Amino acid sequence: MMPGNHEFYEHSLKLWENLSHELNYNVMFSQRAHVSLFHSPGAKDSVSRIYNIMRLHGTDAELWDLKTLKKKIPHLNYHNSRFPILGAAVQKRAGNARHDAVAWGYARAADTLGVDILQNCEVTGFTRKNGNIESIQTSRGIIKGKKIGFAVAGNTSVLWQMAELGNLPIESHKLQAFVSEAVKPLLDQVVVYGVGGAHFYISQSDKGSMVFGGDLDWYKSYAQRGNLPMVQDVAEAAMAIFPSLGRIRLLRHWAGVMDMTMDGSFFICKTPISNLYLNAGWNYGGFKASPASGWYFADLIANESPHNYVQNHNLERFEKGINIDERGAGPDPKLHG
Amino acid sequence: MKTRRIDNYGKINRDKILSFRWDKKNYTGFEGDTLASALLANKIGIVGRSFKYHRPRGIFSSGVEESGALVTIGSKDRRDPNVRATTQELYNGLEASGQNAFPNVNFDLAGINNYLGRFFAAGFYYKTFMGIPPLEWGKGTAIWMFFEKFIRKAAGMGSASGLPDPDTYEHAHDFCDLIVVGSGPSGVAAAIEAAEKKLDVILVEQDSLIGGNQLAENDFDNSQIKNQLENLGIKIMTRTTAFGLYDNCVVGLLERVTDHISAPNLNIPRQRFWTIRAKHIIVGAGAIERHIAFNNNDIPGVMTVNASKHYLNRYGVLTGKRIAIATNNDSVYETAHQLSEAGADITVLDSRSNFEIETNKNFEIRKGYVPYNINGSKKIHSLDVSKSENMNKYETINCDQVLLSGGWSPAVHLLSHRGVRPKWDYSNACFLPSDSKENITMVGSSRGLWNKNDCIASGIAGTTDALNRLGISKTNYFFPKPGGWKNPIQPLYEVKYKKSRSKSFVDYQHDVTTDDVRLAHREGFISVEHLKRYTTLGMANDQGKMGNIIGLSLMAELLNKEIPEVGTTVFRPPYTPVPIGALSGRNVGKHFRPLRVTPMHQWNIDHGAKMIEVGLYQRPWYYPKENETLSDSYIREASTVRKTVGICDVTSLGKIAIQGPDSTEFLNRIYSNGFSKLQVGKARYGIMLRDDGIVMDDGTSWRLAENEYFMTTSTGEAAKVMSWLEELLQTRWTDLNVNVTSVSEQWAGVSVAGPKSREVLNNCVDDSLVVNNNNLPFMGVTSTFLKGNIPCRIARISFSGELAFEVYVKSDFANTMMDLLWANAKKYDGCLYGLEALGALRVEKGHVTAAELDGRVTIDDAGLSKMASTKKSYIGSAMRKRGVLKNNDREILVGFFPSNLKETFNAGTIVCEKNNIKGQGIGRITSVTYSPELGHWIGLGFVKGGLDKWKDIILVGADPVRNKQMNLKVVSPHMIDPKGERMYA
Amino acid sequence: MIRINCPYCGERDHSEFSYGGDATINYPSLDASEKEWTEAIFFRKNIKGFQFETWHHSNGCRMWLVVERSTVTHEIKSVKPCHPDLQKVVENNK
Repeated sequence: MMPGNHEFYEHSLKLWENLSHELNYNVMFSQRAHVSLFHSPGAKDSVSRIYNIMRLHGTDAELWDLKTLKKKIPHLNYHNSRFPILGAAVQKRAGNARHDAVAWGYARAADTLGVDILQNCEVTGFTRKNGNIESIQTSRGIIKGKKIGFAVAGNTSVLWQMAELGNLPIESHKLQAFVSEAVKPLLDQVVVYGVGGAHFYISQSDKGSMVFGGDLDWYKSYAQRGNLPMVQDVAEAAMAIFPSLGRIRLLRHWAGVMDMTMDGSFFICKTPISNLYLNAGWNYGGFKASPASGWYFADLIANESPHNYVQNHNLERFEKGINIDERGAGPDPKLHG
Repeated sequence: MKTRRIDNYGKINRDKILSFRWDKKNYTGFEGDTLASALLANKIGIVGRSFKYHRPRGIFSSGVEESGALVTIGSKDRRDPNVRATTQELYNGLEASGQNAFPNVNFDLAGINNYLGRFFAAGFYYKTFMGIPPLEWGKGTAIWMFFEKFIRKAAGMGSASGLPDPDTYEHAHDFCDLIVVGSGPSGVAAAIEAAEKKLDVILVEQDSLIGGNQLAENDFDNSQIKNQLENLGIKIMTRTTAFGLYDNCVVGLLERVTDHISAPNLNIPRQRFWTIRAKHIIVGAGAIERHIAFNNNDIPGVMTVNASKHYLNRYGVLTGKRIAIATNNDSVYETAHQLSEAGADITVLDSRSNFEIETNKNFEIRKGYVPYNINGSKKIHSLDVSKSENMNKYETINCDQVLLSGGWSPAVHLLSHRGVRPKWDYSNACFLPSDSKENITMVGSSRGLWNKNDCIASGIAGTTDALNRLGISKTNYFFPKPGGWKNPIQPLYEVKYKKSRSKSFVDYQHDVTTDDVRLAHREGFISVEHLKRYTTLGMANDQGKMGNIIGLSLMAELLNKEIPEVGTTVFRPPYTPVPIGALSGRNVGKHFRPLRVTPMHQWNIDHGAKMIEVGLYQRPWYYPKENETLSDSYIREASTVRKTVGICDVTSLGKIAIQGPDSTEFLNRIYSNGFSKLQVGKARYGIMLRDDGIVMDDGTSWRLAENEYFMTTSTGEAAKVMSWLEELLQTRWTDLNVNVTSVSEQWAGVSVAGPKSREVLNNCVDDSLVVNNNNLPFMGVTSTFLKGNIPCRIARISFSGELAFEVYVKSDFANTMMDLLWANAKKYDGCLYGLEALGALRVEKGHVTAAELDGRVTIDDAGLSKMASTKKSYIGSAMRKRGVLKNNDREILVGFFPSNLKETFNAGTIVCEKNNIKGQGIGRITSVTYSPELGHWIGLGFVKGGLDKWKDIILVGADPVRNKQMNLKVVSPHMIDPKGERMYA
Repeated sequence: MIRINCPYCGERDHSEFSYGGDATINYPSLDASEKEWTEAIFFRKNIKGFQFETWHHSNGCRMWLVVERSTVTHEIKSVKPCHPDLQKVVENNK
């Protein structure tokens, strides 16, 4: 809700809207609407604040009352819910995309533009000269470069310390993801909600799988494996709003390592090393930001100074008291969902 | 012949005939059948349609690896899509139907996709549908979204009911020394060995019967084994799948309790999700037979060799009459022999030219031959075969079934869940499990042992390994060497088709062909993980149990590498799909989260309260009289409080007992305001900051004695504050001698507020002197008795701005207290008031709550600067003015009036300057209410620079999501009685 | 499931506990500088491997514990009470 934040994400959405054409690769961005449920008058008021700001920026945003919601998404738990569903805040232009296609489309486009992509190439060290990084040691040899960018979500701290830069306002946590067996179309929107200490999102892939998830596993981890308590929690959250999912079967679950930051916001900034640039700390909102994240990172590296929209997304913001935090949960990385 | 069932074979109970429906027609089977065996017996060949091409699909296997026979079972709200017919036990009245087909699986209109194959090759979606074909003209997402609708409808397999699941599920928990997964020879040997060594053992079997692959043997009888296991005290869990291994030897199990019963008792859960905490895990999960990729290898009638052995010996079903068996290994010959004995006409094509096998003259063995192409579409007419050295020539053999064995893959899935990568074994052409550092041991054919004696030996060795690792024994042991066939296997994954495009299937359900793998390679998707995602190989319901190795071998060939260099994809849990209902157990509907209620919950409801959810609590929202609306009711309640007296349940506030010699020092460090001079018998409002200087919570602390305080916190932050205090005392300030105890549940509290509150209380306490203005001044605290000898604590604290008291009694006395207070309040025309009126009263006074203190607000922002002591250091004092937090253009707490006093507004409204209604605005409204006192709507909120800057300037409230906009006046947040004369009265 | 051997309650599922954070942070004195506090509150080693971390037995005995755990394998090497006096009690009872 800080100035710039909205513009950043709106820019991202605009880039998404034309991404398939720009990359000449169908990333299957489907603007099927992002529907955020609310369960109390107070929650309606707080979400209205955010959606009002979106509207005042010229972005579409609306509230659906219960009647509209029932018509649009008939299968939700309107009758027997522990926390009554009162309505939803909706952004119609938002949606989902095929994440692999996004990665491949970008890789192909980058390759076409002359970018060398080295796969299975692990960074193992840095050679410094006059305070700068002169070259990177990798499992496949030494690479020299004038400018170096870190965009290694999940392992940012590891590289940071390899470059002898000390500590970062980041902890690595794992987030589990869940995919069900494919069924015929059941849900046309992306639905999210948070109540009673639970946080949950769900949508249906074009293939028919329900794709869903919830909270972090609540403890720091670099393991790409989840544990059962959160599997159970997420299943409960699924059933709480979508009781017909009971007979749908979970096909696969795994975990990804997230850069959780101390205030829930990301970093696109310069670093104590003048030719090193940082793009990190995406918590678990990174996917929607991908196009803009790349755009503003490139802008920073090319122009040597951050764009206005990301000028506060640096490592000094904590000492400066600059609050970008969207949840106000305090300096505890696991609390920023 | 109407049936494929033959006499004298099988373990089915032929005395128990079960009737069932398949695609709306009636059929029968026997007790002990699976749906698959019953369908086969009834000569039903086509049971489904594939994902993309809608090709007819038959039954490929007899187990969990099935990727063809996925059917829909049940109807209405009990409809289950995507059920494997091969593991669904038959019951009387079972209703099943084919899926992903219209009108049915025998005649499916979408079968046209089969002829549009070139449009449906791997990854085609990524290259098209972006714009107007063929040049993909256009911008934005509209065209893709137009196509997407049709693609979505065509995709998916079965369709879900969309209705709430009526069944119940259960969570269950258990502990053991050893859990053994799989009841084949190795698992049983391990379990027996362990039980004899006095370990507490659980044996888990996904099938309805124990025995593992021995169930495919003609002369196998498991009753003796079962007795032995039971006598040793082993807990046997059948119809139970170990679906995942987690940290610390925790195993997730799914027990299917009633899925095989025709009319289950609804008091029994349908399934149970078990969490087993073991000290050691032995996995004897068996191995899965692979198929071979060649043209049209998916025509109904294709099956693995071992499956047909199961159907013969377990179910008495001879799956074909003229059977061609294609293999590259020794494992098929016993089956060939038995099928031949049972009356089938057998030809074995073995890709190996030189090997010795004990031949039986009943059938022909064609050495050096491979399957090339199947002729037929809905069923097999014949098979083209060719010499493996020369595939330009082929000959055709007539057959109605083709059985395949391309080798065996040990079920390493569970170990893979632990991140242990398997290693490729060249001599057995399969991945073998690597050793795990955790207490997990693989035994039997899941470690690549192909004969029974080796399996048994490995089971015993596995238990010895477990005993050693658990420190119970130190015994030497060895595992038999992998393998066990007389002749080595000859790798055979694909027989290349020379004509045009081939449909040689690698993954049957997702229609991934060998050409798709080649296409992926051409397009650079050469890493295993990319191959999987690009072609969707291994992402279907079977998660690549049959097809993965074939795909991998093709990629290895294309890359000129060996299979281990290409790698293997990591198998993720669950091993077989688990219903989301089972994972959520009983915590559904109203039981999603526990409900917290105050001890006077029922009393409140009995007295007309409408409740509202506040966190996990339900609290009284308002107490309507007759036809009053929420608005009528809270306005009446708030007015009554200001006029006479009201009673409000405030029990949900957090309550913490703070005791010990350093209690005062402790409070002085955690609150921003000073506590060192608070006298015994007085309370103080306090604000706690977080380490980063932002407001965390507010509340009051009452000094009951020299070293004892009673702290209240907000409802929402109660648990967090409690943990925070414990953390400080146990980790940071370990020198402080203080004890904190949560007493939230022990005390019931009410607020008695209004000009008549003292009189009401006077009538309720034993000694009326204790509440007079001298003995109980503003912020005074006393411990005394309510009438009836009820001990209580009373503090003169006001949230409403009126003369008010908080009264606490032990929870057991809550209702008595309510009766007493209410009886007396009624005498003064008092009321009961709820959260809505409480909110109205506090907004009028400018008191902040969670709506304002949202975790981003400093103590100065909240207009409470005077609560920040400058004489001491406390948590957050170092940080509260860092950087921009000390700027004077921050958003500061103010009150708002609508310029036109007849207008209303909402919380969440953005405050803007009149000629600049856009963007972030300059502030926001956080709480609103109708003020009975002022006679119009009022709000609390924040504006940049605060009251001083905007006094007498008209601002605009923008609320576009609710189609509202209004002019606003900024006022002091203390909208009534700013001097507090009423509180001090 | 991570199983944590609480010195008071015995071995329990991690879901009974709440994860705290890095147990090696030395919080500065309350009147220390903004810089010192910024470092303590916001910056972390974020170790990939064994680390000392705090857990609160929030659904048990309410003790705060120091746990030595691998952030890669989740293996636990040791569990001790945070409070030194409680540590002594546990030591003496061994």
